[in-house]
Amino acid sequence: MKVGLFIPCYIDQFYPNVAIATLKLLEKVGCDVSYPLQQTCCGQPMANSGFEHLTGGCNENFVRNFADFDYVVSPSGSCTLHIKHHLHSTNEEAATGIRSRIYELTEFLTDVLKVTSLDATFPYKVGLHQSCHGQRGLHLAQMSELVVSPPFSKPVQLLNLVNGIELIQLDRRDECCGFGGTFCVTEEAVSVKMGKDRVADHLRHGVNYITGVDVSCLMHMEGILKRANSAVEVKHIAEILTATL
Amino acid sequence: MNKQLILDHADAAVEFNKNEAKVDWHDETLWFVRTKRDRAVAQIPEWEQLREAASQIKNHVLSNMHDLLIQFEENAARNGIKIHWAADGDEHNAIILDIIKQAGANRMVKSKSMLTEECHLNQFLIDKGIEVIDSDLGERIVQMRNEPPSHIVLPAIHLTKAEVGETFHEHLGTEKGATDPQYLTEAARQHLRETFLTRKVALTGVNFAIAETGGFVVCTNEGNADMGAHLADVHIAAMGFEKIIPRAEHLGVFLRLLARSATGQPITTFSSHFHRPRPGQEMHIVIVDNGRSRQLGRPDFRNSLKCIRCAACLNTCPVYRRSGGFSYHSAVAGPIGSILAPNLDMKKNADLPFASTLCGSCSNVCPVKIDIHDQLYKWRQVLMKEGYGPGSKTVAMKAMATVLESPRLYRMAGKVGRGVLRFAPITVENGLNPWYNQREMPEPPSESFHDWYVNNKKA
Repeated sequence: MKVGLFIPCYIDQFYPNVAIATLKLLEKVGCDVSYPLQQTCCGQPMANSGFEHLTGGCNENFVRNFADFDYVVSPSGSCTLHIKHHLHSTNEEAATGIRSRIYELTEFLTDVLKVTSLDATFPYKVGLHQSCHGQRGLHLAQMSELVVSPPFSKPVQLLNLVNGIELIQLDRRDECCGFGGTFCVTEEAVSVKMGKDRVADHLRHGVNYITGVDVSCLMHMEGILKRANSAVEVKHIAEILTATL
Repeated sequence: MNKQLILDHADAAVEFNKNEAKVDWHDETLWFVRTKRDRAVAQIPEWEQLREAASQIKNHVLSNMHDLLIQFEENAARNGIKIHWAADGDEHNAIILDIIKQAGANRMVKSKSMLTEECHLNQFLIDKGIEVIDSDLGERIVQMRNEPPSHIVLPAIHLTKAEVGETFHEHLGTEKGATDPQYLTEAARQHLRETFLTRKVALTGVNFAIAETGGFVVCTNEGNADMGAHLADVHIAAMGFEKIIPRAEHLGVFLRLLARSATGQPITTFSSHFHRPRPGQEMHIVIVDNGRSRQLGRPDFRNSLKCIRCAACLNTCPVYRRSGGFSYHSAVAGPIGSILAPNLDMKKNADLPFASTLCGSCSNVCPVKIDIHDQLYKWRQVLMKEGYGPGSKTVAMKAMATVLESPRLYRMAGKVGRGVLRFAPITVENGLNPWYNQREMPEPPSESFHDWYVNNKKA
């Protein structure tokens, strides 16, 4: 199975360890993984700002890089969702193919590979931040608003395979952290307040780490934690699923 | 409404967030309503089927608007109700003024109607020498304070008990410093009782207008619509044309959804059915377009007209809860307001679709399944394409697109950016960077993943 690894631009530039962990995890569970070297960005920063009409170049580049894989996998719910909904190209057949074969990392592990064991250990108290685009866009977990549907969570299913981990329950289990792309700077006041409130929920429950499927949300919460000189750190779920003692 | 400079959403939110304790209180109060909604929904195993049914009925309505409205008019007229058609807010206001004058009245009592807020009816009537008293308790409170409602179901939700106490002390002569809800409500009750008994004209909103019967339903928790309408010689009901539903049996779907979504109650305390004027009474219905037919003609946005004004999307919205209703500078605040308002005035409301993280919670709670967050995204595209964004943003976005679509420029920019952060952080870590004001920057690594991959994997 040929897997194309799509690493979102800000992970490539600022969180290479998350990308390395993702690569190692996919290789560990038996995938033949390649990282196409000319990839850049999914185009979401422009599109969510109202400039989807400027994303043609990013789209063509994405298609050039990822047309030839059985699956495209990314450690980001948000960028995956964007490609799934908005990737179009002069080669529309290739774009449609990618849209149907792109997966966020945890859903790829649970739904395609059906992973049931991981040799990982992470003996800490961990809070899971359910990033909205993965949660409500890709349906990675049951959503709190849809009260009558049965509970499930793909990230939790995987975290439960990790030795020693203690997952805490949040008071508000899937409220947005306020990152929101360019929202985090254009609506700074609300963005920061939302982030502070999310972080406080985790801190109230005594976590050592906050994890999630989107580094963008984690980066936002990390910025808030560090400003408050908190000892609590953020870790992308791939880092925990590959952690060893 | 006063004519002072209207702040855009982000600036108004900065003001709102200056009092963090109040923001916490506002957030918790509305989150409590959201959790009440969740508990009420959990009692109804067929909730999702109900939502789907409501959505389909409303889709049918949108596709058959013309015929249903004509059917409604015929049936209402047969029952002795006078129907008026208003193309916009001005016509709506003029029609109502005319009815009041015909009745020889110079004052009116009015129960909750967001439509009249949208049309700025109160100010219009006051300017014409007509006194208007809002009879919904929350609306009466904000009216005394010369404020618009901050929430479509809970108009005074931005006020604490103490603030209501101060307002009542000033306007109703209650004891200074009083905060006991029982005491304050009783004062309002006595004040409104006198109003109900002496007004010849009463205006109500309309929650549902039923095409097959020509009747309409008004939902309240206080019974104030009934008090007004039953005691007045003239009852005026104002409705946006999208309030129409085909049959009375459809109320069995909508009434179950409305109050559960709004406040977590199984049903509103009063669901009053009006069919014809009582002997000697006049009954008028004003059916208003005010941009609705334009919205109906927009394929991406027409289904915003399915809205039944429950406010579930406001209560669940993490942005609304932390920016307050006034930050939306529009009669309908919150996510639904942000997809309705650009239709009324794109220039004035271009900021609103950006007052969202696109988290999607609004679409999930919507009882008629409006794809609110997708429409927010689509409005952003329309507004920027039509040139309602700041020029600087267009320039920045074009530059960003140029860098991100070129692998070479992207890698170069990344290297420079990380270098700047590592070696000259002051250029980024200063008060001009809205990220850095209240958050630390991420720690820049020496090499990107791309470089790591080339160095460690490729060979």
